[in-house]
Amino acid sequence: MTARIVHIASNTFREAVRDRVLYNLIAFAVLLSGSAILVGQISIDIERLVVINLGLTAVSLFGVVIAIFIGIGLVSKEIEKRTLYTVLSRPVRRWEFIVGKYFGLAGTLVVNTFFMAIGVFGALLYVAHKLTSSDAMIFVALYFIVLEFLIICALALLFSSFSSPLLSAVFAFSLFVIGSFAEDLRGFAGMAHGPTRWLATGAAYAVPNFSAFNVINLVAHGHPPSGQLILQNTLYALFYAGMALSGAVLIFDRRNLK
Amino acid sequence: MVASVQTLRRVDEIRPQATLDDILYISSPKIVKRASLGYDGLMACIYWTRAVQYFGEHHHNGSLSFNQLAPLLEMTTQLDPHLIVAYQFGASFLAPKPPFGAGQPDRAIQLMEYGIQNNPTEWHLYYDLGFIYYTELKDYAKAADTFERGSRVPGAHPFLKIFAAQAAQHAGEFQTARMLWTATYQSSQDKQIRQNAVEHLRALKVDEDVTNLQSALTRFGERTGRLPNSISELAAAEGLPGIPVDPDGNAYTMDRDGRILVESPDDFAFATKGLPPGYKPIPKFHDQ
Amino acid sequence: MPAIEILGLEKTYMVGFWRKRPKRALYPLSLKVEEGEVFGFLGPNGAGKTTTLKLLMGLVFPTAGSARILGRDWTDPEVKAQIGFLPEQPYFYDHLTAHELLDYYGQLSGVPGKDRKRRIDEVLQRVGLTDVKGVQLRKFSKGMLQRAGIAQAILHDPKLVFFDEPMSGLDPLGRRDVRDLMEQLKHEGKTVFFSTHILSDAEALCDRVAIIHKGELRGVGAVEDLTSSVQGKIEVIWHGTQIPASLKALGADCHISGDTVRAVLAEGQQDAAIDALRRERLRLIAITPLRTSLEAYFVEKLQRAETSAGTTAGSSR
Repeated sequence: MTARIVHIASNTFREAVRDRVLYNLIAFAVLLSGSAILVGQISIDIERLVVINLGLTAVSLFGVVIAIFIGIGLVSKEIEKRTLYTVLSRPVRRWEFIVGKYFGLAGTLVVNTFFMAIGVFGALLYVAHKLTSSDAMIFVALYFIVLEFLIICALALLFSSFSSPLLSAVFAFSLFVIGSFAEDLRGFAGMAHGPTRWLATGAAYAVPNFSAFNVINLVAHGHPPSGQLILQNTLYALFYAGMALSGAVLIFDRRNLK
Repeated sequence: MVASVQTLRRVDEIRPQATLDDILYISSPKIVKRASLGYDGLMACIYWTRAVQYFGEHHHNGSLSFNQLAPLLEMTTQLDPHLIVAYQFGASFLAPKPPFGAGQPDRAIQLMEYGIQNNPTEWHLYYDLGFIYYTELKDYAKAADTFERGSRVPGAHPFLKIFAAQAAQHAGEFQTARMLWTATYQSSQDKQIRQNAVEHLRALKVDEDVTNLQSALTRFGERTGRLPNSISELAAAEGLPGIPVDPDGNAYTMDRDGRILVESPDDFAFATKGLPPGYKPIPKFHDQ
Repeated sequence: MPAIEILGLEKTYMVGFWRKRPKRALYPLSLKVEEGEVFGFLGPNGAGKTTTLKLLMGLVFPTAGSARILGRDWTDPEVKAQIGFLPEQPYFYDHLTAHELLDYYGQLSGVPGKDRKRRIDEVLQRVGLTDVKGVQLRKFSKGMLQRAGIAQAILHDPKLVFFDEPMSGLDPLGRRDVRDLMEQLKHEGKTVFFSTHILSDAEALCDRVAIIHKGELRGVGAVEDLTSSVQGKIEVIWHGTQIPASLKALGADCHISGDTVRAVLAEGQQDAAIDALRRERLRLIAITPLRTSLEAYFVEKLQRAETSAGTTAGSSR
C-alpha cells in the first residue's frame, strides 16, 4: 500500500519537474529576488528588510501559483487524457491515487521552496554581507509558507477531483485571496446580525486562515514568532489539509469516470 | 496607432501636474491592506520607496508642494507600523516649510505619535518628535517634555536626558541646536536625513558666527562711536582669534551699514543671519 | 471456473440539465467467458462496448448487477493484479519515456524490482518498441502509443486481458502484428476479451463472440456456429456462356458475366453439378464453399432488432 503511494507520488513529482512551466516560474522568481537587491539600494538601512520581504513574498506567491497551476490538473488531466484508466485497472485503490498525487505535489513544492530559499539567503548575504542569528527566523517564515502550501495543494486537489481545471483554478485562487483576510471576515461576522452573521461566521471559519501563516514582515524586522503560534499553525494546517484531502478522496471514490 | 500616441503625449504636456501627483493610485490604507493579501511588509517597502523618490524628485525640482508626502508616509506606516525609518523621514521632511519640507508639522506630530504608540521601546522616535517641537514649532516646553518621556524608555540614549534639560533651560541657543542636529546626523543612516542635518549644522555655524561678529561690532561701536574699517580691524580690536571664516573657508564681510554678511548665502540654505537685505533663498541641496 | 461472469450488469445515466432524464447505456447484461478463450465483443460505435469494459474495470459504477472476474468479485482490488487493460486510444504521461512508463506501471502492479527490468525489455521487444524505449511519449505516433498500451497491458503477465479496440490507429502491418500477438496470447493460455467494430478481425481471431447494439445484447455464440447458421452453399464457376439444363433443374442461381458463368448451389448438389459440367464438356474454373460472413449475421441480427423494436425503415446506420 505505502509502496504504491510512494510510486504515484514520485511519478507526480517527475511529471511536474519535467513540465517546463515550472522552470519559467522559478526563473521569474529568481529574477524578482535579484531586483530586490536593486530596490533596497534606495534606502540603505532597509535593504535587508526589502530583501527578506520581497524574497519571501516571491517564494510564497509563486509557490501558490505553482501549487494551483499544477494541482488543478492533477486529477482532471488524468481523466481527460485517460491515463487514469490504465492506472486504476491495476491493484491501486482510488484513495491511494489521491494521496499519492498529493504527496507528489507537496513534495514538488517543498523542493521548489528549498531552491528559492537558497536564492533569498544568497541575496541577503549579498546585501548584508553576513547573516545574523535573527536571520534564523527566516526558516520559521519558510516553514509557515510550506504549511500554507500543504493547505493549498489539498484544496487544489479537492477541486480537481470533481471540477474542470479552469473552475478549480478560480475556486482555489479565490479561497487563497479570501483566506488572506480571514481575520477581517471574522471581525465582520462578529459585527453582523441575523442570518448574515451566521453566513459570515460560517464562511469565516470555513476558509483557510492564511493571515496567521504570514510572518514575513515580523521576521524581516527580526522578531521571532512565538512557539505557541508555530504549534497552532502546524496543527491547523494538518487538520485543514487532512479535511480537504479526505473530501477529495470521498468525492473521487464515488466518481464515474466517463 | 501613431496618431493616438501623439495625442496622448500632447495631453500629457498639458497636464504635467497630474502625471506627477497621480502616484498614489489607491488612497485608502484599508483597501491597500486588503489588496496586499497579507504581504503588508512588502507593500510598505514599496510605498516607502515611492515616498522617498517622491520627495527627492520634488525637492530636486524646487517644487513648493509636497502634498502627497504625508499620505504616502501614512500609508507606509499603516502597512508596517514598525518601519522606523519612515517615521524618521517624516520627522525630517514633513515638518519644515517648503521648499525644505512639506510644511505640515501637525501631520508630522501625528505620524510620530502613531509611531510611538506602535513602537513604545523605540527611544529614537521620542527624540524625533521632540526635535520637531524644538526646531520647527519652537515649543520648548513640549520639546523638553517629549525628550523626558523618551529618556525613560529602557535603553534610551543618555543624550535624551541632556536634551530634556537643555530644552527647558537653554531654549533657542546655538549650543542646544548644534547638539540636536549632530545627534540627528549621527543616529540616522538615511542619506537625505544626514544631508539635511549637515546643512543645518553649516547654517548654524554661520548664524553663530554672524551673531558673534554682530555683537563684537556693537561693542566696538559703543567704545569707539564708529564702525570699523574692515573685519580685520574689528578682529584685532576685539581680540578675536584671527579673521573669522565661514564653513566653506570664505571670510565674512561687512557692508557700509555695518551689517555682517556671509560670502555666498546660496551655499547656506538654512542660514538666518548674515544675509543681504531682500535676499530670497534659492533652495539647493548639495547633490552627493 | 469461467474467466469472466457478468451477472445482469446495467448502467443508466441521468442526463439533461436537471439530471432527470434517464439514458440507458447498458441494459442488464449477462455473459460468460471461459478461461483460455478469445472472446470478441462486437457492436457499432456507441453500442455500449466501452461502457461494459469500464464497468468491469471499476471505472464506472453499475446501476445494478455484478460481475465475477477470475472467480472473485469484480471490485476486489487484488484481482486487478491478474488482469490487463488496454483502453481505447490510449494516451500516456507526456514526459515519461516508454521505459519509465512501463516501470511505473510495473511498480503499481506489484512486479518485483528484479523481474521488472527483464519483463520490460521482453514486452518492449514483443510490441516492437525496443528502439524507442528512451523517447518521451509525447513524441510517439498513434500507432506507437497503441503498442505502448498493449505493452502495459501484458507487462505483469496477467491471466486475462481486456482490449478496447486494439486495432484502432494502426496501419495494416501494425494490425497484423496485433493479431499475431493475440494469437500468441491465446497459445500462452491467456483469456482475451476484446471489443471491436471490425468484424473481419473478430472472425479471424475469436472463439466466441457477443453482439451488442444500443446497450442490448443481441446474440452470443461460437464463430463457427454463427457463420454456419445459414445453410452452406457452394459457388461453381465455369468457362463459357452455356448453362446446362440439369443445373437449372437443380435450382441453381446463375449469372453470366463476360465469358464465365457463376452459379450458386446447395452444398449437397456439389457432385451433381460436376457431373453436369463434365457431360456438357464445360471447362470448370472453380468450386468454392461459401460461408456466411460474420458481417451478414451481424447485419441480420441488428436489422431484426430494429424492426422488432418498431423503428422506422430508412433510419440510417
